[in-house]
Amino acid sequence: MAEKRYLDAIHDGLHEEMARDERIVVLGEDVGRKGGVFGVTEGLYEAFGEARVLDTPLAESTIVGVALGMSVNGLLPVPEIQFADFIHPAFDQILSEVARLRYRSNNDYECPMTIRVPWGGGVHGALYHSQSIEAFYAHIPGLKIVAPGTPADAKGLLKAAIRDPDPVIYLEHKKLYRSIRGDVPDGDHVVPIGPAVVRRPGRDLSIFAYGLMLHETLAAAETLSREGVEAEVVDIRTIKPLDAETILASVERTNRALIVHEDNRFAGFGAEIAAMIAEEGFRFLDAPPTRLGGPDVPGVPFSTPLENWFMLDAEKIAAAARNVVAY
Amino acid sequence: MATEIKMPQLGESVHEGTLGRWLKQTGDTVAKYEPLVEVITDKVNVEMPSPYAGVLEQIVVQEGQTVTAGTVIATIRESGAPARAGAQPAASRPQAPQPQAGPRPAAPQPAPMPSSASPASAQAGPAVSAQAGAAARGRESLRLTPLVRRLAEEHRLSTQDLEQIPGTGTDGRITKDDVQRYLASRGGAGGPSAAPARGPMTGPAETAAAAAATQAAFKPAAAPPGTATERGAAPARAAGDEVRPLSALRKTIAERMARSKREIPHAYGVVEVDVTALVRHRETHKAVWRLREGVNITLTAFIVRAVSRALRDVPVVNASFTPDGVLCRHAVNIGIGVAIPDGLIVPVIKDADQKSVAGLGRDLEGLSVRARAGKLTLDDVSGGTFTITNPGVFGSVFSMPVINYPQAAILSTDAVVRRPVVLGEGIAIREIMHLGLGFDHRAFDGAVAMQFLNHIKRQLESFSPTGDSPEF
Repeated sequence: MAEKRYLDAIHDGLHEEMARDERIVVLGEDVGRKGGVFGVTEGLYEAFGEARVLDTPLAESTIVGVALGMSVNGLLPVPEIQFADFIHPAFDQILSEVARLRYRSNNDYECPMTIRVPWGGGVHGALYHSQSIEAFYAHIPGLKIVAPGTPADAKGLLKAAIRDPDPVIYLEHKKLYRSIRGDVPDGDHVVPIGPAVVRRPGRDLSIFAYGLMLHETLAAAETLSREGVEAEVVDIRTIKPLDAETILASVERTNRALIVHEDNRFAGFGAEIAAMIAEEGFRFLDAPPTRLGGPDVPGVPFSTPLENWFMLDAEKIAAAARNVVAY
Repeated sequence: MATEIKMPQLGESVHEGTLGRWLKQTGDTVAKYEPLVEVITDKVNVEMPSPYAGVLEQIVVQEGQTVTAGTVIATIRESGAPARAGAQPAASRPQAPQPQAGPRPAAPQPAPMPSSASPASAQAGPAVSAQAGAAARGRESLRLTPLVRRLAEEHRLSTQDLEQIPGTGTDGRITKDDVQRYLASRGGAGGPSAAPARGPMTGPAETAAAAAATQAAFKPAAAPPGTATERGAAPARAAGDEVRPLSALRKTIAERMARSKREIPHAYGVVEVDVTALVRHRETHKAVWRLREGVNITLTAFIVRAVSRALRDVPVVNASFTPDGVLCRHAVNIGIGVAIPDGLIVPVIKDADQKSVAGLGRDLEGLSVRARAGKLTLDDVSGGTFTITNPGVFGSVFSMPVINYPQAAILSTDAVVRRPVVLGEGIAIREIMHLGLGFDHRAFDGAVAMQFLNHIKRQLESFSPTGDSPEF
């Protein structure tokens, strides 16, 4: 067990996997000689060579399309989209080709790629370097999506994603890279894709969160605890497939649900969780399942006070929780 | 448009009247001149006919209240008048069941002078405080979450029951906790006779602390449906008389006692038990037990042990009468009546038949401590299959307890008295106590009652423990 930064956990996971399986190829903008704009792929180019760590042109559609070609030719590609905000040129490749390859070929072809996508705000990234994208891609059948919130999960879920024979979008929150440290088990630490986890047991309400919001929610839970409200905090960590069992078990215990994400609230991923809880957990509910999301404006602002207004934090989460408990 | 109905002047020198029974409830249709409410004066009792035809909208003055002539006692929506907008549920609220056939009047307010603001504001829409929420709830649909509705189903709470529950949620909404508090206050109190106490340990001073804490656990419950209609006219008051208002606890006890006596045909059997051996054994060894077991093992613990064995051997006593049959309970959960100021509460020892005397002694002490601290949980006071009351602590030598509805029987243990009794061919001084069984004569008869009592008597009289052990 060693304490690592979130970024180091991802780096180490990549390195270990590439050492373990020579079919693994990393490709993306600035991933090779530069070691990645955040430093996540640092040293891989030196360790594994230019045939396995490719600097691509600035063309996301190509990055994913080439990775798809690699997949059907016996390689295990791990393409990187430098910022989630840039993934949309690749949307067609992902939706029309990557996600449906197995389905459409009746298992003749499979697409074992893992698309690494740095996401999220709070880093003064403004409109084009702060976006959340999970809502768009969760809607596509044939894709798995993970959003680890801790270093241990970052490493474990990355390994699981790379080893998964089907395409996985791996969302790594850029604000957590250097701000979050945590214990990462030694050895071949794999976290299965799917199960959510209760990070903090509680009694009065369940708060579901992922990514940066996991940490803001845990801080909010501390504040609430001092007021006599015990919040149960559940780390969703796999967006798709969604762990309905853990979520419903939590709501059964606390009878109230609050879903938190930094993405715009309207039609955000929280709506799926809330609908599922309302449909399948109806008889547990002593308050309506409630979503707290980012404001419905077309981008995360650059100006600091405006960015602070946009981003959810522990205080806003605690306020929302109080409302739910007081219903 | 609500029309006011006022207290009439019933005689030339009669200027006020006391309301007896309301013969119509809110939501009921009233024909012109149909009797509306009983009015009691010191000269005459009458049924007041309704001056108007329509639907009784709101009862402003409650039963038992005295008001001067001319005071508004109710409002009526005359036939043909439009319904109030405020009474309709808002579309955006979660679905709630419509009250059946007109809601009962809301929890009786202590000071219902017709000029008070709360009835008027109740008509305007959802009120803000829990109290006003209780008043408002009688008028508009209940706002029940799925969880609260499920609890209501599981515990067979009717709409009338739900309307009595004060809501602590926003706008007076009934929350899960409110329902659970209500269930605890319903299930906990009620049962045995005048002043049951657990045993020598529980003195008045110790039980005093229970009052405020326990009562805090009981939210004010309205006069339940049964008593109001049963009671009939309240007695007229004379000068110097004092009315002591009923606490929530007393109201609940009153309801349960009345129900028990009303529904269960009580019969009684009594035996005399010579507990000399038991008393002497306890006197000799109780100090050792206190050291060894860490608890004061009272006589009650021994009695509970004997009773639990008898309940296993005569299962029809550990039961409830139902129209479908006598429901014989598998578990032996014995409730022990505990006196608290202004009332009593019956914590339950679960699976008493599987516990030793020492274990029972511990349970009794634990429950007593929690009862005194007002910390009994819903679990502590529910699930009882049989009840024991101990009026002997207060000196009673013979008692006829009220059965803890809906059980089939209750045992009272009266005081242990040193008496001269015939023993063999001579006279000896022995420790004698009476055990009385109040039982539901529908479930079983005197022969079974005596069989049960004699079973306990035999165990206690043939008491011969080994060494200094409390077990027998």
